[in-house]
Amino acid sequence: MVSSFIFSLLLILAVWLFTKNVNRISRNIKLGKKQRINDQKKRRWRLMAWVAIGQSKMTSRPISAILHIFVYVGFIVINIEMLEIMIDGIFGTHRILSFLGSLYPVLISIFEILAVLVILACVIFLVRRNLLRLWRFRGRELTAWPRSDANIILFTEILLMSSILVMNAADGLLQARGGAHYAATGTFLVSDLMQPWFAGMSDSALVNLERTSWWFHIIGVLIFLNYIPYSKHFHIFLSFPNVFYSKLDPLGKMINMPSITNEVKMMLDPSSAETIVTEEEDIGQFGAKDATDLTWKHLMDAYTCTECGRCTSSCPASITGKKLSPRKVVMDVRDRIEEIGKHIRKSGQDSTNGETLLDRITDEELWACTTCNACVQECPVNIDPLAIILELRRYQVMEQAAAPGEINATFSNIENNGAPWQFSNEDRLQWTAGK
Amino acid sequence: MDIREKIDVPVMADLAAGGEQPEYLFWVGCAGAFDDRYKKVTKAFASILNHLGTSYAVLGTEESCTGDPARRAGNEMLFQMQALQLIELFASYGIKKIITICPHCYNVFKNEYSDLGGNYQVISYIHFLDQAISEGRLKPDLTKYANVRITYHDPCYLARANDICEPPRNILRMLSGHLIEMERNRHFALCCGAGGGQMFKEAEKGDKEIFIERTEEALKTEPEIIATACPFCMVMLTDGIKYKNREENVKNYDIAELIAFALNN
Repeated sequence: MVSSFIFSLLLILAVWLFTKNVNRISRNIKLGKKQRINDQKKRRWRLMAWVAIGQSKMTSRPISAILHIFVYVGFIVINIEMLEIMIDGIFGTHRILSFLGSLYPVLISIFEILAVLVILACVIFLVRRNLLRLWRFRGRELTAWPRSDANIILFTEILLMSSILVMNAADGLLQARGGAHYAATGTFLVSDLMQPWFAGMSDSALVNLERTSWWFHIIGVLIFLNYIPYSKHFHIFLSFPNVFYSKLDPLGKMINMPSITNEVKMMLDPSSAETIVTEEEDIGQFGAKDATDLTWKHLMDAYTCTECGRCTSSCPASITGKKLSPRKVVMDVRDRIEEIGKHIRKSGQDSTNGETLLDRITDEELWACTTCNACVQECPVNIDPLAIILELRRYQVMEQAAAPGEINATFSNIENNGAPWQFSNEDRLQWTAGK
Repeated sequence: MDIREKIDVPVMADLAAGGEQPEYLFWVGCAGAFDDRYKKVTKAFASILNHLGTSYAVLGTEESCTGDPARRAGNEMLFQMQALQLIELFASYGIKKIITICPHCYNVFKNEYSDLGGNYQVISYIHFLDQAISEGRLKPDLTKYANVRITYHDPCYLARANDICEPPRNILRMLSGHLIEMERNRHFALCCGAGGGQMFKEAEKGDKEIFIERTEEALKTEPEIIATACPFCMVMLTDGIKYKNREENVKNYDIAELIAFALNN
């Protein structure tokens, strides 16, 4: 009874805290500019099924794709056992799903096999990060916290999965010994093999082990649930909406700026000025200098990022040692909007000592981008780092006139000669000449 | 086909003066008109158009920048000025179909001009050539490159940006039995380093130039020819081949050139 009460209390507390944290992130995302994305619903559902649920873009790197599938499928399927644990916890029952009869041990055995695969995958992931130190896990944006974050997630998953296996092994032994609360449910494939490790223990010690593992697992899960909103692991929730709302146009298409069209039309044909001016009152600022100048979708991108670094490891600038790293750009946006959100909660206003996103992302990074779309192509959850870079460039050029000198020269060539180079338009047909 | 000779190219304004309207606008682009190396590609493609008897014209001195490099470098204002003027010019000639040789021009016409009211059927020369060959209208000499090792560098604005990966390969596989893929190809190809305005500025500081990284990857396939389909990729790879001192035995050709060279009049 007491344990049921404590369990229910913990569960309610954990869910309440989690909801609060999700609301915090949701509020932060809504600090972004409005953008209506509600076209082609059918195509969006299909895309989400294929890219997010089906993880189709992971396959370009087969090793991590397979290991990730273990963890992903493990996570989803083992959650069915979470359901059982919760019901057992609230009502003090023992393995409530065992009413399934002979199907029950099959189900638990599947969970156990998945648990082993999750542990295996997490161990290999830890090795890849900390021992093999793959290039994409070593970027300068992977400072102490992001590195710890990754390791904390992997360790936690190993502990959570191990506790299930230990719990089942002890439970199985108690079932065989005819323990009072432990009605027989059949043999579990993996934990059965672990039973000899604990066979020498007394009944009461086994009950303790089983209960401790049970509590360890469930409290671990509830703590982890509340860790996720502070972690890159939040991708387990946001991947799905993020893919759903991702760009359906060809990757080459840049977002248009209709506010500029009116200005340009006025410049080209001043007589149309009167009619157009009334349509557009507030042109606002061009491009983005801070996270709040980006759209909510860009901010959702930032919260969805799991820092895998596929973008950076395929970026021509990053590969050749330039400062630009698409992953850093996305992480900078997330850290900056977190900072703004925190500031708003504390002081009620969003100004943070005049700091902006451009204090985190330098010109050298912005101007190293070749707009090749490799980062966009690579991202398994359809994040668009390029769109963010281009919005920042727009601000630098149109609001600050801060383009590199050669780029400014290119602009004036286009303006004066109709070509990025200094050639005369009169020579445009020279290529037809004989040689 | 000898593309060293002068060729006759119909100009839009001349045709309009005679009351004629061609089916296609052949959009040459800045590199096609001004870059000494790429002028040869323009000529090669125009000679193929003439060979096919295509109804087309160029804008000649009326052509101007699409605004694409300005847009990618953040200057939306300049981009839209260029775009709106061109849209007006196209309207005055009643242009409905545009063939481009430059992937950047292709992308901006196809995907971005419609936001400003310019709606056209935009055709990449690669699609155009692939179709003419598959329909049997264009019959290059298949023995010329049959035993030549060719690798193909995907321009970002064809492959990733617009999903055009197979048409250039169809052409090259038909020409040569030895098309060797680079490690990073198609949607995952490495950029040559020229996009996004980089063509017109020094690269930012790093350990290596992007064009060298890509050229080294291309050279690993031990090609005799590195085929490309973009003027800026061509500049970059030609520089790369020179930098690696391989210009003696590795040539950089555009797909249009390979076809033009293999046409017997």
